[in-house]
Amino acid sequence: MKYLLLSLPSLATLLVPFYNSTTPRLFGFPFFYWFLIVLIPASSLVTYLVYKGEKR
Amino acid sequence: MIDHLNWMAAGVFIAFFLLVTILGFVAAHWKRGDLNDLNEWGLGGRRFGAWISWFLIGGDIYTAYTVIAVPSVVYAVGAYGFFAVPYTIIIYPLLYATFPRLWAVAHRKNYMTAADYVLGRYGNNWLELAVAFTGIFATMPYIALQLVGMERVIDALGFQGHGIMSHLPLTIAFVILALYTYRSGLRAPAMIAFVKDIMIYIFVLAAIVIVPMKLGGYGAIFDAAGAALAKKAAVSGGKIAAGLLLSPKQMLPFITLAIGSGLALLMYPHSMTGMLSARSGNTIRINAVALPAYSVMLALIALMGYMALAAGVHVTNPQDAVPHLILAVFPDWFVGFCFAAIAIGALVPAAIMSIGAANTFTRNIWKPFIHPAMNSQEEAVLAKLMSLIVKVGALAFILFVPTKFALDLQLLGGMWMAQVFPAVIFGLYTRWFNGWALLAGWATGMVLGTWLAWTPAAWVPVHAIFGSNLTVYNGVTAFVANVLVAAVLSALLPNTALDETRAEDYADLPETAVAK
Repeated sequence: MKYLLLSLPSLATLLVPFYNSTTPRLFGFPFFYWFLIVLIPASSLVTYLVYKGEKR
Repeated sequence: MIDHLNWMAAGVFIAFFLLVTILGFVAAHWKRGDLNDLNEWGLGGRRFGAWISWFLIGGDIYTAYTVIAVPSVVYAVGAYGFFAVPYTIIIYPLLYATFPRLWAVAHRKNYMTAADYVLGRYGNNWLELAVAFTGIFATMPYIALQLVGMERVIDALGFQGHGIMSHLPLTIAFVILALYTYRSGLRAPAMIAFVKDIMIYIFVLAAIVIVPMKLGGYGAIFDAAGAALAKKAAVSGGKIAAGLLLSPKQMLPFITLAIGSGLALLMYPHSMTGMLSARSGNTIRINAVALPAYSVMLALIALMGYMALAAGVHVTNPQDAVPHLILAVFPDWFVGFCFAAIAIGALVPAAIMSIGAANTFTRNIWKPFIHPAMNSQEEAVLAKLMSLIVKVGALAFILFVPTKFALDLQLLGGMWMAQVFPAVIFGLYTRWFNGWALLAGWATGMVLGTWLAWTPAAWVPVHAIFGSNLTVYNGVTAFVANVLVAAVLSALLPNTALDETRAEDYADLPETAVAK
């Protein structure tokens, strides 16, 4: 379960055909770019949740 | 030689350089320890808490080369250069899952390098030697690349020289680096990393706010860069795939470069040095959560390639794109600041890399094969000496080998490093693999990957599989072959070699044992 959660962000980065698109744009950023940038804090959050789960 | 020097920028640059030089020597007195002991010199006494580790590991992974090379590829071809972002998304969950286990066993058994661990786990000297050799071999061009990054900014300051004289500033900087690393060990880059990262964050924040203000916002930057790249692709007659999005043919290379680089990065001796100097496994876990802050910065740095395109920066060598963007948009004093940030960003990883390689040489090549009776003091003396030799080697590389060659070797280096992943990381979970089988797998991966990369004209990072149109990073192809060979042979060979670790060695140490 822990490893599945941890691998989710990595798996999302592999969905290249899904995010290889200019639209929808966000603050002028094409989708390709903002999707990858948003994925970074999302990955950090997932790791944090796993960390919290382990600590309890 | 100095007719075109930007005096204001050069003055600020030199001032910051002097500051970190002083810090580098002062660091010897920080968190006091006996620097004649390899544990203290080479791993900072394994006492670095979450904050120091965050700066140290961040300074280790995000280097001058990152600031120069990643945006240079984005500048040259567009979206393809962005593979560095998925790559950094992959590594931190991997770090979280695996490295606390490695830290725990390394702490209990006093392992200082990946090869130390592999020897303990598989009891196979030759596998240890293979892991050590791979690490040292892959590190040299990596250090050389830090120097390339440093040389790009010294060049952009307006320093012009001919022949060997053109490398004079770089040589001076490097001699200083070599001296304080020799004296202070890992404490020096750990202390300088604070200064370096704060400077880089200031530089990046300024760039991502000020450049779009001058160029009409991010939408305008992407549009202008997209048009410039489309024009470039059209002029080349479709030979160069450049654009804001990946062409269908680039998708698989993009994915596999990210995966392969991810497998390789944590295996480098300097990554091990950074991680094993942490105070506890928990320090590493906290860092796996916090280090992605650097990845956000990396993504923004990558976008500077587009900012350079949109600002109309024209350079023949794409590696000059970021320095010339900085020259185009910032006042001179801030140019000096930014360039100093990049140059210091070369010193930190170069120091850690030379320490990592020196630790590995001492512990895994010299000690077992030449002089088994070494004590920790003798180890420290040899490692200090080796850190000098490694740096002189890297400097010679820059002075005598064209830098184009260094870049190609770096791509090879990543492919090589990925080949020790099975021995190190799989070993944290299972002892099913046989040491000899892992060695055979390693050899298969090294030979296959190097062979795939070789073309008469240059070393290429990707290769079409079985002549199909599926193009894959050599590091991944070689890794798969490596694992297959290791698995098949492990199933056949009896597994009787001594394993000095036990299952409980991989669990976290109790907090009380870690406190000091």
